[in-house]
Amino acid sequence: MIAHSIFFYVFSIIAVVSAIMVTVSKNTVHSVFFLILDFISISCLFIMIGAEFLGMIMLIVYVGAVAVLFLFVVMMLNVAQQKNQWFVSATSSEHIPVGLIISTLIFFELIIVIGGWKYKSDLFNSNNLNIISEVSNTHSLGQVLYTDYIHVFQISGMILLIAMIGAIVLTFRQREGVKKQSYIKQISRERSEGVEVLEVPFNQGVNIDD
Amino acid sequence: MTEIGLGHYLTLGAVIFTIGIIGIFLNRKNIIVILMSIELILLAVNINLVSFSIYLGDLSGQVFTLFILTVAAAEAAIGLAIIVVYYRNSGTIRVEEINKLKG
Repeated sequence: MIAHSIFFYVFSIIAVVSAIMVTVSKNTVHSVFFLILDFISISCLFIMIGAEFLGMIMLIVYVGAVAVLFLFVVMMLNVAQQKNQWFVSATSSEHIPVGLIISTLIFFELIIVIGGWKYKSDLFNSNNLNIISEVSNTHSLGQVLYTDYIHVFQISGMILLIAMIGAIVLTFRQREGVKKQSYIKQISRERSEGVEVLEVPFNQGVNIDD
Repeated sequence: MTEIGLGHYLTLGAVIFTIGIIGIFLNRKNIIVILMSIELILLAVNINLVSFSIYLGDLSGQVFTLFILTVAAAEAAIGLAIIVVYYRNSGTIRVEEINKLKG
């Protein structure tokens, strides 16, 4: 039990510090790296708490796909060289105290909810999807996901498909001056426009200097 | 203090959520960091769902975490595509220079 609490504090301190570093670091590439560190430590927490399938999926999806996508875009857009000055521009610094007040209010509201949650009279006891301890986490998730939640699962697949189509359509552009193969032009050529039979006069030589 | 309960995980989720909101407000850099803050907020929501699911013994929280993961990946892809198109058209993604709508 003491090891669990030690690991919890280690991973959560790493997660919180790297989340702060995501927002305050001056270089955007460093922000992406700290985002990766944050995802990894949170997925370690998930594995530790007993949701190992979600921890591994977080590693694969977030670190392997989303963070690398961020890294690609950051390196493609050439924003790392832009000098990021903090609290300098006069037009924007008026948002900062309002933002700080609102976020501290949100934080205290969340803390009040967490603290007062135990005074609720009785926990809502849901007995339809209980976690069975002798079946592994992945097994039980798969049993639920493909039976009870099959429609939601298919809708999430549709969301991914639409996201893929949307990203391709948004970033697609037709470049000027690129030579391309045109299949229609190729297969619709006929003999009359491709080959011509000429009547060549012979025994007269070729007139070069013309 | 050595007993890690549900409250510890919920507090961690609240802290990361607040850091994400602060990151949206305080950001004076490019708009990619705002997208990263949104990812942090979704991560905090995932922490809440998973910890409730474990401590209440109900599996539906983890199922919904999977769906939130899907939506987060789709949102990141679409958002980054929009940012790429905007950068191609206007040449900048700094937050204070994005004022085409005069908002």
